[in-house]
Amino acid sequence: MTDTLNHGLIDDLYRLGENIADTKAPADVPIEQLWTTAKFENKLVNPANRRKLSVIIVGTGLAGAAAAATMGEAGYHVKAFCYQDSPRRAHSIAAQGGINAAKNYNDDGDSIYRLFYDTVKGGDYRSRETNVYRLAEVSTNIIDQCVAQGVPFARDYGGLLDNRSFGGVQVARTFYARGQTGQQLLIGAYQAMERQVAAGTVQEYVRHEMLELIVVDGKARGIIARDMVTGEIETHVADVVVLASGGYGNVFFLSTNAMGCNVTATWRAHRKGAYFANPCYTQIHPTCIPVSGDHQSKLTLMSESLRNDGRIWVPKRKEDCDKDPRDIPEEDRDYYLERIYPAFGNLVPRDIASRQAKYMCDEGRGVGPMVGDFRRGVYLDFSDAVSRMGAEAVKAKYGNLFDMYARITGEDPYQVPMRIYPAVHYTMGGLWVDYDLETTIPGLYAIGEANFSDHGANRLGASSLMQCLGDGYFVLPNTIRNYLAEGPFEQVTEDHPAVVEARQSVEGRIEQLLSVNGERSVDSFHKELGHIMWEYCGMERTEEGLRKAIGQIRSLREEFWRNVRVLGSAKTLNQSLEKAGRVADFLELGELMCIDALHRRESCGGHFRAESQTEDGEALRHDDEFLYVAAWEFAGEPSGAPGAPVLHKEDLIYKAIELKQRSYK
Amino acid sequence: MNLTLKIWRQDGPDTAGELVTYPVTNISEDMSFLEMLDVLNEELTAKGEEPVAFDSDCREGICGMCSLMINGEAHGPEVTTTCQLHMRSFRDGETITIEPWRASAFPLVRDLVVDRSAFDRIIQAGGYISVNTGAAVEANNMQVPKVAADRAFDTATCIGCGACVAACPNASGMLFLGAKVTHLGELPQGQAERDSRVVSMLNQHDHDGFGGCTNIGECAAACPKEIPLDVISQLNADFRQAKKHA
Repeated sequence: MTDTLNHGLIDDLYRLGENIADTKAPADVPIEQLWTTAKFENKLVNPANRRKLSVIIVGTGLAGAAAAATMGEAGYHVKAFCYQDSPRRAHSIAAQGGINAAKNYNDDGDSIYRLFYDTVKGGDYRSRETNVYRLAEVSTNIIDQCVAQGVPFARDYGGLLDNRSFGGVQVARTFYARGQTGQQLLIGAYQAMERQVAAGTVQEYVRHEMLELIVVDGKARGIIARDMVTGEIETHVADVVVLASGGYGNVFFLSTNAMGCNVTATWRAHRKGAYFANPCYTQIHPTCIPVSGDHQSKLTLMSESLRNDGRIWVPKRKEDCDKDPRDIPEEDRDYYLERIYPAFGNLVPRDIASRQAKYMCDEGRGVGPMVGDFRRGVYLDFSDAVSRMGAEAVKAKYGNLFDMYARITGEDPYQVPMRIYPAVHYTMGGLWVDYDLETTIPGLYAIGEANFSDHGANRLGASSLMQCLGDGYFVLPNTIRNYLAEGPFEQVTEDHPAVVEARQSVEGRIEQLLSVNGERSVDSFHKELGHIMWEYCGMERTEEGLRKAIGQIRSLREEFWRNVRVLGSAKTLNQSLEKAGRVADFLELGELMCIDALHRRESCGGHFRAESQTEDGEALRHDDEFLYVAAWEFAGEPSGAPGAPVLHKEDLIYKAIELKQRSYK
Repeated sequence: MNLTLKIWRQDGPDTAGELVTYPVTNISEDMSFLEMLDVLNEELTAKGEEPVAFDSDCREGICGMCSLMINGEAHGPEVTTTCQLHMRSFRDGETITIEPWRASAFPLVRDLVVDRSAFDRIIQAGGYISVNTGAAVEANNMQVPKVAADRAFDTATCIGCGACVAACPNASGMLFLGAKVTHLGELPQGQAERDSRVVSMLNQHDHDGFGGCTNIGECAAACPKEIPLDVISQLNADFRQAKKHA
């Protein structure tokens, strides 16, 4: 973990450290047998010993609830924490479109290998091959598990499960429950977890927020949490800590994430020594409802399953942009995705669909109301689908999405084409983990969106639910045994210096936030940070823009600690205080995202560097220079502010898949 | 739009509460109701007054975290969640009264925030299918007739927001409970525990202080996910069956 001495500061922004590697995947085993081998070789913990071991799980979305349920069933003592008033509210609930699994129920050529291949290719060869293969392998078990729990997936008239295809793939491997797949899967995992609460194996702590990680002798041994109702600062120790706290898209302020989604749990762990991998990989979702004004608090996603039947277009001529779309004849419409990418058409991967929409609007061919001096929207038109299938069939497939659109915009999408625009959706970066999903802090695991390993630089549609449930139900419970088998561990008491230090740092920070008593609200800082991030670290990044952003974030952070206004007390429910702590962490993460984006002088997946594109404007990777995971080590200054982080590279090794330049033409 | 808001302020469960009047100006009709409250809270913060505490999270109508009695109606005048209620549903100059969910099973936490963990306890009492991870059979070994699958789905759309309880003069949670019983009872996987589930969940419901159903129907009328009232008949039917089998 030390810097190599022959590298000094690079542009003063970061240092190079030693390379790292995943040493946990079984060596010299064909990829098809890796997971079976690993499961066999992983140590066992006998049922009597499991009762002596304790697990903390932070976050109770798909990954966290699934892990809590499974670890509870296995007989461990589980404490599960969430900031919401119930685990059922985790933001996994909002996923609409579906969950992938290599079931090949349609005999359309799908297989574990093809799902693996599509995922690696879709992630622009920036994910770890061994982890991804396992993900594809466990995908089929996920569907079995969920059906057994009573998840009401869509079925055909014969009573069997139905499938559809999703952006970026040419087979129908997506299982769905109307437009509410996330909700139904989460309710399944939540119910499985509540069953364990009743059984006494899982204790749930709602309205609790993890504010610090406890590290004793280099190992994760617990968390400091705040009871958000009473304000009490609580110490929870355990033998192992699992972070399932989701992604950090809210660094952009406007995103499709829930209002409470935050980076605090993973950022606090990062500050304690867990490497943060590929922070700049942000997925921009192509089909969201466009911004309507300054008051906007969040963006609403429309399932990209809509791209199966909706056709995306803009007017060919700028002067048609303010016309009623129904008055623009066929020959004056540019179905640009079908034109540029005939093989995939409207189903191109998310990064391509998003960027092309941006280009159309940048060219001045966007539609909808002017926001600033731009029209930020393209049409997603269902008129062909209505004539082909009938309005009733369209309603059966997408009814709830159409209703939601109508409610938010006040327009009827059965009559007028929807307007969509890209928005920040999912973050592929996260804590660095090995094949066991263990971070660089022993005894600290990260699962679901909180880790980085499976999606590379871009996530395929319907793959997030798969990864979260795969990690929670099947992967973590099998890999964590390797660590737990070394237990039981020495007891950690509340007066241990590491616990006292963690607790004091939380209390000090809260006190500091409350005592600044400045002029500006927390939200105003968050909005300003979001604006900087979207402008310079959003859909397209440049060297110049990123450098500018880093400077702006630093001064904003300085102003935050000098001028934020957080009213009220620490001893009650205090939503401004909650937000302030999260925004303080976003202000540090934002800088790291920009540094990561700046150092990666290539375009891949959700990371598009304007300096690195082909003559046709397609993303241009540089595998010779950047075929690695960027794992960042925190290096703070004595003041506590983040100093120049240390970059550790993990070379990506592809044995099963041949590296190709991605082309969807 | 310019509006007058009368908002319930209460520091905690043990202190007295009152309706406090706040004017808001320049409200756009494209704002959601919660965005309008965000605007108010920014103004309060600027004036040095503590912002109004209210629950919300996804703000896209699915997590069920937002609540609010608006002019006496759960989630306000439209059949939707508060986060999906837009200011175009109100008139310029209107006075809007905003209160927390009202039910003794949902104790007040602060201002407009209530504690709905009683719903979690009802689920803990049996709102699940007992299957351990890794024990599941191949999914397509079991066929579910489409009619049953659709009915199961329709009732599984409950988001647990608690509007049904807040709207009910008896503060009954039977629409919530009935939705879960119907969802799991429609599926072949749910049959093994069908009797024990309904008895145990209903006992927990009563124990937590929810009232009984007297067929008023306010619950279904207020439900943002339009859970049909007949899930309560299903609940009663299942309960009678369970008693017969016992």
